[in-house]
Amino acid sequence: MRRTVLLAAAMSTTLVLSGCLGQQQESDSGRNADAKDVELTITSNSVKGGKNDAGAKWIEDWVIPEFTKQQKDKGVNVKVKFDGVGVDDDEYKAKVALDFGTDIGGDIVELDGIWLGEFAQGGQIRPLEEIVGKDKVDAWDGWDQIPDAVQQVSTYEGKRYGIPQGTDGRVLFFNKKLFAKVGLPADWQPTSWDEITAAAVSLKSLPGVTPVQLNAGTAMTEATTMQGVLPLLVGTGSEIYADGKWQGDTDGVKSVLDFYQQVYRGKLADPLLAQEAKGRDRSFEEFAQNKIGILLESDYFWRSVIDPEDGVAKMADRDSAVGWAKIPAMAPGSGVDGQDFVSMSGGGLRVINPKTQYPQQAWELLQFMNSAEATKAYLDGTAQITQREDVNKEVLASDPMLSFIAEEILPITRFRPGIAEYPKVSTALQQATADVVAGKSAEDAAAAYKDALVKAVGEDAVAGG
Amino acid sequence: MVSAPPAEVAAPRRVPGDRDTAGLGVARAIGFLAPGLLLIGLFLVFPALWTIYIGLTNYTLTGTTSTAPAFVGLDNFAEALDDALFGNALWLTLLFVIGSAVLGQNILGFALAWFLRGARVWLRRTVEAFVLLSWILPSVVVAYLWIAVLDRDGGTLGALLGSPGTAWLVEYPMASLIVFNTWRGTAFSMMLYSSALAAVPPSQLETARTMGASGWQTVRDVVFPHIRGHVLTNTLLISLWTANDFSPFLLTAGGPNHESETLPVFIYRQAISSGRLGYAAAISFLLLVVNLVVALVYLVLLRKRS
Repeated sequence: MRRTVLLAAAMSTTLVLSGCLGQQQESDSGRNADAKDVELTITSNSVKGGKNDAGAKWIEDWVIPEFTKQQKDKGVNVKVKFDGVGVDDDEYKAKVALDFGTDIGGDIVELDGIWLGEFAQGGQIRPLEEIVGKDKVDAWDGWDQIPDAVQQVSTYEGKRYGIPQGTDGRVLFFNKKLFAKVGLPADWQPTSWDEITAAAVSLKSLPGVTPVQLNAGTAMTEATTMQGVLPLLVGTGSEIYADGKWQGDTDGVKSVLDFYQQVYRGKLADPLLAQEAKGRDRSFEEFAQNKIGILLESDYFWRSVIDPEDGVAKMADRDSAVGWAKIPAMAPGSGVDGQDFVSMSGGGLRVINPKTQYPQQAWELLQFMNSAEATKAYLDGTAQITQREDVNKEVLASDPMLSFIAEEILPITRFRPGIAEYPKVSTALQQATADVVAGKSAEDAAAAYKDALVKAVGEDAVAGG
Repeated sequence: MVSAPPAEVAAPRRVPGDRDTAGLGVARAIGFLAPGLLLIGLFLVFPALWTIYIGLTNYTLTGTTSTAPAFVGLDNFAEALDDALFGNALWLTLLFVIGSAVLGQNILGFALAWFLRGARVWLRRTVEAFVLLSWILPSVVVAYLWIAVLDRDGGTLGALLGSPGTAWLVEYPMASLIVFNTWRGTAFSMMLYSSALAAVPPSQLETARTMGASGWQTVRDVVFPHIRGHVLTNTLLISLWTANDFSPFLLTAGGPNHESETLPVFIYRQAISSGRLGYAAAISFLLLVVNLVVALVYLVLLRKRS
């Protein structure tokens, strides 16, 4: 009896083990191309009434009905489902990664540009030309409208994996009402890190106000890297990845951590926001309640967080109370390429799941979602830097903040490297800021960061200090 | 799935000294056991073996090692033993188990059972209902309530103490979790001890009282010897549940800076946030071993008693 059980267990184990981990299947771009009944699913990290409300509304109330209608006219009965969740980015990434391993994932999936490298290396996503055919992909007229810099978001090793969703830029947002109370100008524009701390020191005199919120810690995940470490790092003249090497405990990294130490030890920022589980959401609320003086954020903050109508932390007097300034380099001229001002940009993309049953129809839907008409419907009277230049020209003029991003920030910005190791490096950087907030010296945090980095990417890929 | 044995095969006669006391015969005995064994094999043995296997590879959620994971032998285990964060998680789990289960739930559960024994029925029922409520509510609901209580802006606790502004979950993460889990799980100990106390002969309690024994002396010398087995069983069960509990994640997400990252949270972070499925599986296996060791210690103690 016991032997039989053991034998059965051993057999089933070997059977499964021999073929399960990391299996791949080949795809055929022509399958079901003539199907009359088609079912497609769109997976997105957005949900009505919650995270990225506008995106969810657009897909459910515009894309799905319009696309269904368009296909019906062609005699195809298409049913599009929306698989929308509203969770933290790393949880969404895990969901998508697990979905890709099964046959139940969405046909069109939204991804953050920085995940492209690891998903591509893992074969969970494939170049568009492999999924739908090269001639079909090249034939899309929309490519001409997408600037090269933005196309980088969806390109890995020279191949297109999807269509970018637009881009963003980072600035320093500040509360003009608080600034007026301490005699700072409404058109504030610091030209060095010292001028940021100087403004923060004057704001400190206001009771109940956190002078500057500089994202830090591991709980905020990528927000710490993108709205904290990286914009500062390019201000020291170095990018996180250059010439095949990641920045170890270099002077640039040390200066950044020094600045964190200055800000957090000087009690200019609130360490609790960097430590608690929902600190970033709370920082949004506090800014909307006039409790934060300066906040380094992307234009997402302007259009989705403090938007007076649709924001998650609505600020009724946003247009008059909130100012913005370019992020200065550490000192004038010390930024990358000798720049005085710097920024970082990112962006998402939509890919086609290689396991889709209907590759051609998914490609049609993807093109449809990126048409000028669909992009304008997405904006629905609001403004955002979209992937399409023709649409940007029309809509950005209506919003001073976003035209500022398009005109002043995009020319000076940098993108994160979309390579597979980036997320590990990002985690190590987050941990370094968490160490500083918890009381470690910048020097020690930099050393610990270097050790973690060597462990993550190997000694050869780390630039020393 | 198990077909009845053919009628002509008579059940084997019972022979004196035969160990087959049920008179089923080997074939039918297997038939009875098969469904259970199959379920255990499918949902317990197989996942455990599978975890061990993944723990021996460098399998990840994304990247090249998600398609072509390599066998790395015991590297993951060696790395875990060298990983300060793993040591930290192990230590915090120990604190969590001792603080909230072995001491917290045990003592509070026994105290409630002991003092409610003689209480009026309505009082007893009301208290029991509240204690039970904290046990049966879904974790997510409970976590939300506790966040509301411990919040630094307008949290109930801050308001009661008249000192708003203390972020309990950030400044005292482990202490908060221990109090939380004591509150959460006391119901089980309370119920178990209530029924155990019913087994203590009233005559002995009566005798102790007439001899002038204090409350503590009665508990120690009269009650405890009767319920020792219950104490051990209870402690074993709540220790294992607590060690594997994931609700801390809902309250603090392991933060700030790993200060409340117990093993289950650490495993989740490694597997989902960092995508290191191989490493996380190795640590899951280590957690399994810790559980088995704890269970063994209790079983040995239990056996010694009898």
